Amino acid sequence: MARLTVAKTYKMYIGGKFTRTESGRSIAIKNLQGEVAAHVCHASRKDFRGAVECARGAFSTWSDCTGYLRGQILYRMAEMLEGRRDEFASAIQTMQKMTIAAARKEVDASVDCLVQFAGWTDKFQQVLGCANPVAGAYYNFTTPQAQGVVAVIAPHTPSLLGLVALLGAPLCAGNTVIVVGSDVNPIPAAILGEVCQTSDIPSGVINIVTGVQSELYEHIATHRQVAGIYSAALAKKDRVEIEQGAADSMKRVRFSTLDGDDWFDGSITASPWNIEPFVEMKTIWHPSAC
Amino acid sequence: MRHAIDTVMVEQRAASFTRRSIKTDSKQQGLRLALSMIDLTTLEGKDSPEKVRSLCHKAVTPWEGIIEPHLPSVAAVCVYPSLVKVAKRALEGSSVNVASVATGFPSGQYPLEVRLNDVVEAVSDGADEIDMVINRGAFLSGCFDEVADEIAQVRTACGHAHLKIILETGELETLENVRLASDIAIQASASVGPIADGEVFIKTSTGKVSPAATMPVTLVMLESIRDYYEQTGVRIGMKPAGGIKTAKQALHYLVMVKETLGNDWLNPHLFRFGASSLTNDVLRQICKQQTGHYTATYDFSEA
Repeated sequence: MARLTVAKTYKMYIGGKFTRTESGRSIAIKNLQGEVAAHVCHASRKDFRGAVECARGAFSTWSDCTGYLRGQILYRMAEMLEGRRDEFASAIQTMQKMTIAAARKEVDASVDCLVQFAGWTDKFQQVLGCANPVAGAYYNFTTPQAQGVVAVIAPHTPSLLGLVALLGAPLCAGNTVIVVGSDVNPIPAAILGEVCQTSDIPSGVINIVTGVQSELYEHIATHRQVAGIYSAALAKKDRVEIEQGAADSMKRVRFSTLDGDDWFDGSITASPWNIEPFVEMKTIWHPSAC
Repeated sequence: MRHAIDTVMVEQRAASFTRRSIKTDSKQQGLRLALSMIDLTTLEGKDSPEKVRSLCHKAVTPWEGIIEPHLPSVAAVCVYPSLVKVAKRALEGSSVNVASVATGFPSGQYPLEVRLNDVVEAVSDGADEIDMVINRGAFLSGCFDEVADEIAQVRTACGHAHLKIILETGELETLENVRLASDIAIQASASVGPIADGEVFIKTSTGKVSPAATMPVTLVMLESIRDYYEQTGVRIGMKPAGGIKTAKQALHYLVMVKETLGNDWLNPHLFRFGASSLTNDVLRQICKQQTGHYTATYDFSEA
């Protein structure tokens, strides 16, 4: 007798817990052959709001960690990602016509990207900050500080690497993040929750919701607790909607222009200049000895 | 005098109040009502006159933003006795009362004379309301007369000031004890003299012991108040304190009050929330309702 395949129903990952959407809605994700590969949650604005509360609650824990510790935790996350290499590769292949070798290459690049950000956690301050020359018996320093809660709107392709690259930058600086998974292929985002859970990421630091991204733009953009938004490959009308909504609370909004092979170049995806939009610069004066 | 309490049913009933749907206009009204019922509280060893003055400003004007209709002030500011004078001066000319914890708050483990003196001084410094703690040690030892006698003496010492009697339910072990302590507190207060509506409150907790206010405990206390009202026509007030941090929780409590005691109790003279962080969450929800946008925690001042 033929065995009936048990397709997974993914939950969202909010505040360190796997939760269903409060709306009770779900979306069937069909693979390239038109078969249902999995079901994912169809998040509502209230789920997003809940995720913001969790991210806010986790902010001081994460931003107060030393850069060194954040680096160790991100490295641990990369280790866990590596351990699920095959699962991610087949999740990428679900929606995208590509060879298994190409899918694995994307997973490997994602792991490498995360490792690079793990390295930057205690080094970006030196690159972005500076000691300013001033006339007087003072030192004058500018140092980057984490902003708060950042929303990441994952691009549809590359479905895992795009997500990891956009997630890594704000996370590296000590921000807490809410990821809105791609609606074309949300499975890598959904599995990433399981990676977070098994690594040492504190609860609420990474929150992952899935659903229809465009339904959430308005709520992401106008929520005053969200300090920054990071996305890539959005249509112009979506970018306009987000920027207009974000204007009132003066959020940092960044639309990455990365495309094609750029995603696979770690020196571009994990550049400290991708971290820079998600920090606030603090300048202090300090009396000098002479 | 002891009432048997069915713990399972109390929990079921309390949980049922959290399932009412309160939206749009009624939500807005509920939130504003909750705001007007808050005893804005600071009870820390590090409290300073400046912190209390800043809190008093927030009590009168909970938010500086432009909002129509104007937001109500909170009901009272609750402080330690040594800061009563500061609060009284800062609140002069406003509708906000000064409440002071007294009787050796939070433990109450001081000689009766010291505790009574604590009350007398707080009242003479200008406290409009006194939050006393009962003698839990005596209560748990079965010395109910001693507990009642002390409450009566404190009420006498309060003079014109209103009295809130803290049962510290987190230390009373069972719901039966909560009910018994509520009944003793009400009877003991009544033994001193007639009680005007809202002149005496019973209050769940100091906020220093966990668990603090919970819905089942509050329900048992509300039922004690209801039964006393049915017997005598006197309206005793209720104040859950500690652990009520969100606007949603506050609305659940209001539903419970309405469905247990009726609309009469839905005003600050008969119902209060002892809280500090609740205020900002209520403000956040009010702003969300009016502007349609979610607000940030840093949009509102801490004190």
